[in-house]
Amino acid sequence: MRTINSKLITDTVRALCIKANIELRKDVLLALRRARKKETNSKARRILDIIIQNALIAKEKRLPICQDTGMVVSYLKIGQDIKIKGDIRKAILEGIANAYRDGYFRKSIVQDPLIRKNTNTNLPPVIYTKIVPGNKMDIRVIVKGFGSENSSRTKMFRPTDPSSLIEDFVVRVVRESGSKSCPPLYIGIGIGGTLDKAVSLSKEAILRPVGNYNKAPHIARLEKRLFKKVNNLKIGPMGMGGKTTALGVSVLTYPTHIAGLPVAVNISCHATRDAGKVV
Amino acid sequence: MKKINLPLTRDIIKTLKVGEEVLLTGPVLTARDAAHKRLVNTLESKGKIPVSIKGETIYYTGPTPARPGEIIGSCGPTTSFRMDPFSLVLLKNGLLGMIGKGERSYEVTSMIKRFGAVYFVTIGGAGAYLSQKIKGNTVLAYKDLGTEAIHRLIIEDFPAIVSIK
Repeated sequence: MRTINSKLITDTVRALCIKANIELRKDVLLALRRARKKETNSKARRILDIIIQNALIAKEKRLPICQDTGMVVSYLKIGQDIKIKGDIRKAILEGIANAYRDGYFRKSIVQDPLIRKNTNTNLPPVIYTKIVPGNKMDIRVIVKGFGSENSSRTKMFRPTDPSSLIEDFVVRVVRESGSKSCPPLYIGIGIGGTLDKAVSLSKEAILRPVGNYNKAPHIARLEKRLFKKVNNLKIGPMGMGGKTTALGVSVLTYPTHIAGLPVAVNISCHATRDAGKVV
Repeated sequence: MKKINLPLTRDIIKTLKVGEEVLLTGPVLTARDAAHKRLVNTLESKGKIPVSIKGETIYYTGPTPARPGEIIGSCGPTTSFRMDPFSLVLLKNGLLGMIGKGERSYEVTSMIKRFGAVYFVTIGGAGAYLSQKIKGNTVLAYKDLGTEAIHRLIIEDFPAIVSIK
């Protein structure tokens, strides 16, 4: 049994929230640079230039990449041979509050969804935990902006529906999101499980590096087809046209019920932000 | 690139073309969801609002806090369609310009045209870059709303694209 002090979790979460908000993911920056090279629309190119420059300014000046510093979604894979000294939930919350205070990040969370009074701490986050073998803890935080979260959708298909209907649905979700969700997008898709499982898969899908494909060949083919279809929409960076509507499409699947085929689409913007560390 | 000085006038707006890239310099107000709701509720109940909207340009943004010694934190646009239910009342009260990101409703699009106003989009998710174009920042009203308070910003060579006029 290995003992982890909750202070280590607090400090790690703090550092990860700051890193995620200030340093654009390397794979996302690389994908933006690739897209800039391929883009032929002059307005789209100028916008991509500004987006790339934005990432450099953010890192240099320690400024958030985007003023929407998001709601924190944290993923903890906890080794079953770990004993945690202290309150793990409190430790995560403290780490986030410290990051948002010390990093001068925006506090965007309201305590009650209907009364809507800001908690002024960016708390609480959404926390997912998984128990895994071993004596390590994998901590990952997504900071999710709501321009793109608001365009995310889910739909329960018939089990007999062909893949083409799912593809039409994804394309429709992207078309309807237009320029609101800050394209070029990274599109996370969850297929299978229950309603909630599909939705959580769709968010986990955006953790995969842009440009990597699902290991299952038929899902990788689906990702490639969808990537082509959404880019054919020609929404382009900030809706100004061009071939760069999406930087990537990432699909995760899970076994499901004989009667169902849940599909969730989690739209993420060009400022797709997360950071992780194993302690 | 065409340079536009704020505050806007209908004559300036007449010279703009949809799709045109411009650089904006001058004063703007900030307001997003909560401030819009409060402004419009006050106007509709015949109350007095704490700022004059006439001839103004509203930038839809909720910036991050400024570090000590800095003017402002990250300050990019938020999604405009959420302000659609409130824009008509503000246009009737003399609002001339809006800066945000994303499409507007059919109704708001027609009202912007009818009132001779203009809607600009700027680059979402580029809050660090855009903050470098902001030279002044004071809270004017609704301080209790925090990041959603109404600020007076002075922008300089702020990139925008004419989207609806």
